[in-house]
Amino acid sequence: MSQAKPVLRVVDLQVSYYTEAGRALALDRASLELYPGEKLGMVGESGCGKSTMALAMMRMIKPPGRIEGGQVFIDDVDLMTLPEPKMRKARLSLISYIPQGAMNSLNPVLRIEAQMRDAIKEHLPTMRDAEVQARIYEALESVELRREVARMYPHELSGGMKQRVCIAIGILLGPKVIIADEPTSALDVVTQRQVMETLDRVQKQLGAAMILIGHDMGLMAQFVDKVAVMYAGKFTEISPVRDIFTNPLHPYARALIESLPTLNNKGVFKGIPGLAPSLINRPPGCTFHPRCPEAMEICKSVPPALIHRWDGRQVACYLYDHDGRRADEPAAVSAR
Amino acid sequence: MKIGYLIRRLLFLFAVVWVAATLVFFIPRLSTRNPIRERFAEIARSTGFAPKDLEQIIAAYEVKFGLNKPLLEQYVEYMGGVLRGDLGPSLTRFPVTVLDLILTALPWTIGLLVVTTLIAFALGNLLGALASWPRSPAFIKGLMAPLMMLQAIPAYLLGLLLIFFIAFRLRLLPMGGAYSQGVLPSFTLEFILDAARHQVLPAISLILASVGFWALGMRGMGMTIQGEDYVTFAEHKGLNPFTIFTRYYMRNALLPQITGLALAFGNIIVSGVLVEQLYGLPGLGGVLGDAILKNDYFVIYGITLFVILAIAILMFLMDLIYPLLDPRIRYES
Amino acid sequence: MTQITIASPQAQTRSERYQHPSRLTLTLRYLRRNKSLVIGLAIALALALFSIVGSLTIDTEKLAYPLAVKPKQPPSPEYPLGTDFFGRDMLAVMVRGVWQTAVIGLIAGAIGTGVGVVLGFLSAYYGGAVDTLIRGITEVLLPIPAFLILVIIAGSIDRRSVTIYTMALIVSLLAWMGPTRIMRAQVLSLKERLFVNVAKLSGMGNLEIVFKEILPNMLPFILASFVSGVFAGIFSSFGLSVLGLGPLREPLIGNTIWFAQQQAAFFNGWWWWPLWPTLALILIFVSLTLINIGLDELANPRVRRTE
Repeated sequence: MSQAKPVLRVVDLQVSYYTEAGRALALDRASLELYPGEKLGMVGESGCGKSTMALAMMRMIKPPGRIEGGQVFIDDVDLMTLPEPKMRKARLSLISYIPQGAMNSLNPVLRIEAQMRDAIKEHLPTMRDAEVQARIYEALESVELRREVARMYPHELSGGMKQRVCIAIGILLGPKVIIADEPTSALDVVTQRQVMETLDRVQKQLGAAMILIGHDMGLMAQFVDKVAVMYAGKFTEISPVRDIFTNPLHPYARALIESLPTLNNKGVFKGIPGLAPSLINRPPGCTFHPRCPEAMEICKSVPPALIHRWDGRQVACYLYDHDGRRADEPAAVSAR
Repeated sequence: MKIGYLIRRLLFLFAVVWVAATLVFFIPRLSTRNPIRERFAEIARSTGFAPKDLEQIIAAYEVKFGLNKPLLEQYVEYMGGVLRGDLGPSLTRFPVTVLDLILTALPWTIGLLVVTTLIAFALGNLLGALASWPRSPAFIKGLMAPLMMLQAIPAYLLGLLLIFFIAFRLRLLPMGGAYSQGVLPSFTLEFILDAARHQVLPAISLILASVGFWALGMRGMGMTIQGEDYVTFAEHKGLNPFTIFTRYYMRNALLPQITGLALAFGNIIVSGVLVEQLYGLPGLGGVLGDAILKNDYFVIYGITLFVILAIAILMFLMDLIYPLLDPRIRYES
Repeated sequence: MTQITIASPQAQTRSERYQHPSRLTLTLRYLRRNKSLVIGLAIALALALFSIVGSLTIDTEKLAYPLAVKPKQPPSPEYPLGTDFFGRDMLAVMVRGVWQTAVIGLIAGAIGTGVGVVLGFLSAYYGGAVDTLIRGITEVLLPIPAFLILVIIAGSIDRRSVTIYTMALIVSLLAWMGPTRIMRAQVLSLKERLFVNVAKLSGMGNLEIVFKEILPNMLPFILASFVSGVFAGIFSSFGLSVLGLGPLREPLIGNTIWFAQQQAAFFNGWWWWPLWPTLALILIFVSLTLINIGLDELANPRVRRTE
């Protein structure tokens, strides 16, 4: 599954929003790596920074937000250093974004094929019309939509179809990284499944790396390889999907998993005590410490760094020493 | 296109025209004035001469004009006349008919209004769109406030100011009239240029008074559309700003503006009529002002009806065109 | 098992420490931000003062009518605004004219808005056939340019019997359609709001609900509609006067301009004759527009930032 070099490397990405009430640090030096063909699920509460991260990677942060630092490497190109015209070229061709709520993402007065055609023509202006048309049909087929859809207008399509059109647009130019931002939130369960399967298949066909953003852990469990848990703009844990569910390392991740209702304890709802932190007045040290059942003195003063463990898992918590071993764990732990 | 929609709009058109024509018929007849009698009284006054059988002459004319028939019969005849395009004769320029007067005056009015509306619409919408586009230069956004104030002022008043400053004070352009005195209308270049010079101030008055309206509307529209997801997605696709501005932004924002154009027809024509009166142009406004002065009732009623009809028909045409532009409406049941 | 607690230990102390400023301060602070409203009202006030002070100090009964003074005089210390062709003192003409124009506008605005409130309300509150009837009439009459019908009405009346008040009534005849539509929409949206249903449930009678719950919430819209009505009334009466259909004996602003045009004032060099009325009317329209914008901001809570 993983090859020698990661296709996506995010290093210390930082984004703040400058509001009247003050500066809100939305993304606090987040870093991650993704290998070709890998699927990463990004989860966290609303407002934790998931979408901000996606937009930042696409360099689509608008005022009053500002990207304050960090690098985003796709292969060896740092997107943050590209001049705007080159960045425009990179969007959709190197890294593409499938939006949340496709309901409104399609231009109501253009036919579907027109909206796909202008994307292709923008990036590949010399391509012949026949080829462009072939690409459009190809993309529609890969999301299991009939060719006739190309001549239709967005309001003639159902929600699921519109989402699939957005996916089709997202893969038009064969990008290396695909970000899908809560692609199924607005859909019913049956359509959800269809769309997720489409996404899955399309990603495999392209061999692209995918980041799936959401807060539906169940959905994540079925489709991704790794899960990254975000809290207040920082990654708290990045682990393979199986491990996150069976043995979450970070207390926040554990609380999330435990809050999932199961068939065994029906009617018993567990939440996470406290409120989401203000991004303007962040708690010092580890941002989670006011709500953490296992907080220690050091948690209140110094933010923990994201540590790479021997088993490939990453966690940012003082419960684990600099090797990533838990204080009360036996020395020998089998690597995955 | 859906037949049901077409029929409904057509029925509405007929309803409006019928109500208007009825109003135009009945309101004058509610008063006790008798246009024929007054006309003769005026002729008698100005010439100092009254035929001995004045009453009989008046009676004869009344029969000719059908004024002695029962009201209902008159109404039916009137409606028939309207449908045929017969609006009656002009009282002061008898036997020239009202329709003749209107048709002679019409080209001037159409020329002025069409040109100024197109310019104001295009310019106003462009300015408004740019004003809401975040990457526009600041001075465009600063234009909005003065434009807003300008459009609160009727074109007639702006016209007066223009006459004062530019024609009277600076003597750059003529004060009024469609062409210079003593010049005979002809298709020579000289005449056309002269006539054009006389149209400049009226045109500027009308344009200045309406640009603000389009600009403000477009800016409001633009701000709404900017927040729309499809504009953001267009950026995600890596499209260049010009493409996004035209295909994703303007195309969507312009649609409600076109509806606004249909609704504004009434205002445009009324403003146009008043401005024509101000500058003494021989269009509908000029004829109307003249008719009011001379108490030529048939002309007054005729022009009013004609204008109402024109507006109703234009709005109907707009109703037909709009679905062609907005694909969403086409398929609505 | 962990219990969910809502922790905000610091919230309470903050609200206790916050002192509410007085109503006057709040109003003044708001006015400072709503410059549009302030400037609009200031201009209107200035014009009103001009008119009132003027009518108290000048004998407008005599001077604003023909053959009162030496005609065709340019502005001078004796006649600060000059005199016109007919021998009217322009200063007196302006003092009287501004007042008369305003009166017509106010009457038209009041009638139009009043009828609009009643009709719009009946239409929305009772719905059904009443609604369809009122709505139908309103919709069909709206596309017809009211001004043209006014031309017919004014043209059919014996011009010698037209007074300012007749003019105001004529102009009001077709002023109610717009306000009716707006009021109806407002009442419709308010009818569905929770607080009306709550009032109904708590046993309030229909009439009580109307006066205590619905009308107070419509106040900003009624005010805005009134101001628009005044604007439209002045505009219509101006249009009629400037075509020669006004109460020609009175120094209404539109009439003055009409006379000036008829006598080719600019052509003859009597620039002061049409200029003052033009400027005054422009000020009136600008002030009304500014007030309207200011009221818009007041009525729209999303735009207005709360203190």
